[in-house]
Amino acid sequence: MSSARDEILGRVRAALDGVDRTAPEAPAPRVAPVADLVGHFADRVEHYRAVVERCAPADLEDVVAAALGRHLPGGSGTVVVPPGLAFDVAGAVVDTGLSALELDRVDAVVTEAAVGVAETGTIVLDHGPGQGRRALTLVPDRHVCVVRAEQVVPDVPDALDRLDPRRPLTWISGPSATSDIELDRVEGVHGPRTLHVVVVDPA
Amino acid sequence: MSGTFVGMPAFPTAARAALADTQLRHNLAHATGTIRAKRAAVVGEVEEWEDLRLAGAAVKEAALRDLDTHLVRLEESLTARGATVHWARDAAEANEVVARIARDHGAEEVVKVKSMVTQEIGLNEALAEHGIAAWETDLAELIVQLGDDLPSHILVPAIHRNRAEVREIFLRAMGEVGRPAPADLTDEPAVLAGAAREHLREKFLRAKVAVSGANFAVAETGTLVVVESEGNGRMCLTLPEVLVSVVGIEKVVPTFADLDPLLRLLPRSSTGERMNPYTSTWTGVTPGDGPQEVHVVLLDNGRTRALADDVGRQALRCIRCSACLNACPVYERTGGHAYGSVYPGPIGAILNPLMKGTGRPGLEGEQTDSLPYASSLCGACFEVCPVRIDIPEVLVHLRSKVVDGHRDDTVPKAEALAMRAAAWSFGDSRRLGWVERASGVAGRVLTRFGRTTLPGGRSAAGRIPGPGAAAWTGARDLPAPPRESFRAWWRRTDGGRS
Amino acid sequence: MRVALMVTCVNDAMFPETGKAVVRLLRRLGVDVDFPAAQTCCAQPMVNTGYLDEAVPVVRTFVDAFAGYDAVVTPSGSCAGSARHQHGLVARRSGDAGLAAAVAETSPKVHELSEFLVDVLGVTDVGAYFPHTVTYHPTCHSLRMLGVGDRPRRLLESVRGLRLVDLPGAEQCCGFGGTFAVKNADTSVAMGADKARHVRGTGAEVLVAGDNSCLMHVGGVLSRQQAGVRVMHLAEILASTEEDAA
Repeated sequence: MSSARDEILGRVRAALDGVDRTAPEAPAPRVAPVADLVGHFADRVEHYRAVVERCAPADLEDVVAAALGRHLPGGSGTVVVPPGLAFDVAGAVVDTGLSALELDRVDAVVTEAAVGVAETGTIVLDHGPGQGRRALTLVPDRHVCVVRAEQVVPDVPDALDRLDPRRPLTWISGPSATSDIELDRVEGVHGPRTLHVVVVDPA
Repeated sequence: MSGTFVGMPAFPTAARAALADTQLRHNLAHATGTIRAKRAAVVGEVEEWEDLRLAGAAVKEAALRDLDTHLVRLEESLTARGATVHWARDAAEANEVVARIARDHGAEEVVKVKSMVTQEIGLNEALAEHGIAAWETDLAELIVQLGDDLPSHILVPAIHRNRAEVREIFLRAMGEVGRPAPADLTDEPAVLAGAAREHLREKFLRAKVAVSGANFAVAETGTLVVVESEGNGRMCLTLPEVLVSVVGIEKVVPTFADLDPLLRLLPRSSTGERMNPYTSTWTGVTPGDGPQEVHVVLLDNGRTRALADDVGRQALRCIRCSACLNACPVYERTGGHAYGSVYPGPIGAILNPLMKGTGRPGLEGEQTDSLPYASSLCGACFEVCPVRIDIPEVLVHLRSKVVDGHRDDTVPKAEALAMRAAAWSFGDSRRLGWVERASGVAGRVLTRFGRTTLPGGRSAAGRIPGPGAAAWTGARDLPAPPRESFRAWWRRTDGGRS
Repeated sequence: MRVALMVTCVNDAMFPETGKAVVRLLRRLGVDVDFPAAQTCCAQPMVNTGYLDEAVPVVRTFVDAFAGYDAVVTPSGSCAGSARHQHGLVARRSGDAGLAAAVAETSPKVHELSEFLVDVLGVTDVGAYFPHTVTYHPTCHSLRMLGVGDRPRRLLESVRGLRLVDLPGAEQCCGFGGTFAVKNADTSVAMGADKARHVRGTGAEVLVAGDNSCLMHVGGVLSRQQAGVRVMHLAEILASTEEDAA
């Protein structure tokens, strides 16, 4: 008896016997350029009911600290950051391979990102330095994510051009949400229920 | 071949029961109306949507027309990145692979990402036979699983349930399989979602093995993609030690860049969002991040049968967005269960016959053969399909396959006899003239004895018996045939000139 | 220009007044339309039920009947759609290259009535008078298969005395669907009942459409409900004049 592999490939070849192997070319259209790309990005992220603010590079540490203060009233709660974060977060613990159970007891995480997609209001993490492994931005309930203006691209194809498919990628568009009950969208299921995006404008 | 709900009658019978369920009708009309409006708004803001559809169709078509090449390439890419590739001819083989991997790790439970293909193969039931519990983690799938129910929609399997029903299910069933719902649970969707979060978190944190499907599989790089909203997918794809992904062979796309039109088309068509909250991609094993043992099961289960159908092949372009369900006036009224499959609606009406085959004997064959007729051919499905599957064209094609499958029946159906008679009378205008004269006589009888008059004054028939006539007149008056056909009038008056 | 009327089998046998209205309307607009007596049916009932072999002789009759005309006009979006989009399929099934060639010659010349008036004759005001409140249902095949767009509405808006009111959910199918109406009668009626509900909600006196088969279905539901709304084909309204009203 032939293997499942050989049999399936044999069936595919039989099914395609006589079929033209080439498909018509149809390049995907690109969106028209917008004047204020970063502003467009911020608007679109906000549309998902994420918190968005913009700041100058010199103010970043203060803005992040204020964001954490807003989501963790009274300064209570633990904050974790990935190794390699480009700025300081006062009082934060650096992730050294915390277990899932330990991460579940962390209140907030602060990371950077790889790419921002303006048209869809999406942040993409490629989990490199300053972003951390995937579990880090998943289990804690609050995610403060810093995106630099020069990381923002117009649309999905531009993002794919910049990304390395060999790295794990997480595309984030707003906080965790569901529409599974009567197609009524509500934020907050398993991922972080609060997404706070800080866009750093050029100096 | 699995995938048909056990003992499901043919569509017209199942639909009759669904149409009588007032709560179902209300829930569906509300939900499909909501999602249609959301989709229309976000599709409307993309000026070049039609070009994007063409691009999406071209990507999938390119993959399908050279599928063997891309599958072999996908296998090489995955293997090079530390994943183990399995091939499964059918549901039983795929289920066996998953069960074996779970057993090898001593797992008594697995957590699952929402996946159509694992429902198609009946994975949960198969794992249960091995003593392994499979926990659905998508909210709608959780509602279906806790309610001991069947899915009725591709995207929102619990679309037939409203918030009050969900609350009752959670209160009744959550405690039996884990953390119970809080006693003061309300029917607010946000509160219900919160209860699901608490219930599932302990399962995510302790799970050793996860099972997923994939929305796309990139041949060039070995990258798998899962598109989701809630974060349950990220939990399953990230926290466990072992990940098994069951992937239909039609999910392959040639290159990483090819994801572009599809990632733009899917969320707008599916949930009516510019982008879904979370999309995860992974390429084999990433040291130090996520599952360190990654398996991919490439599944046929009837897909090569569909691939061999020159007209039907386009159905394999489907990216499971469910826009066709939401747009379908039949689905809106009957719901998904009437289709008897995890793939309901217009796409199910073509995918099921294409994958299972038409003209099979027995009740299951009859059920499958009824699906291509579960459509008024209004074309709303084709209009919204992001990968331009001409569903009406495939429906008509499959109807011809159903008919051809019964051409050698010893006792032809009444319908076949009627069609032969129609072909005879329509084959020649003189014969048609005779038929019309007979109809005019019937019309005069009805005009004299007709029990009703149409608004405007024309005589009509009320309820009349007999096959066809009873089906029509059960709820609709039928105008009485006129005394004179147009043809006879034209001949008598020289086209109204005399 | 030699113009043929394809009256359709449903209109021929059940709604001859619609055919007569097309003849009156086109003559008023200076088109001496011919009725090729050899015509029967477009074969759509067979094709859409899956009986392709049975459709072959019917399509053959069709192309024979309409050979040599410059344009074929029909008061049915569905039958025009069948001729333009399905006859090729039937011809391929027959394996008869001659039939395929004849179909390729005839199919593109088939026009639904509103297309013929607006695109071929270039008119939207056809000089009609119809002093009633009307709502318009765009039938699926005219809307999605042919893409007639707003042509019927433009024609109706130019009719003197006519008040056109919007139909909610207009673009959703009425539930007729050919043999669907009897093979899935319950679902068909459920769809028809919703369409009838929307029609009644408009307060219109007349429901107008470009396909009598759809109107027979919705009209049958409305009649059974004693809704006090009548159904009329677009051609009959466009053919109406002051003299008819008097």
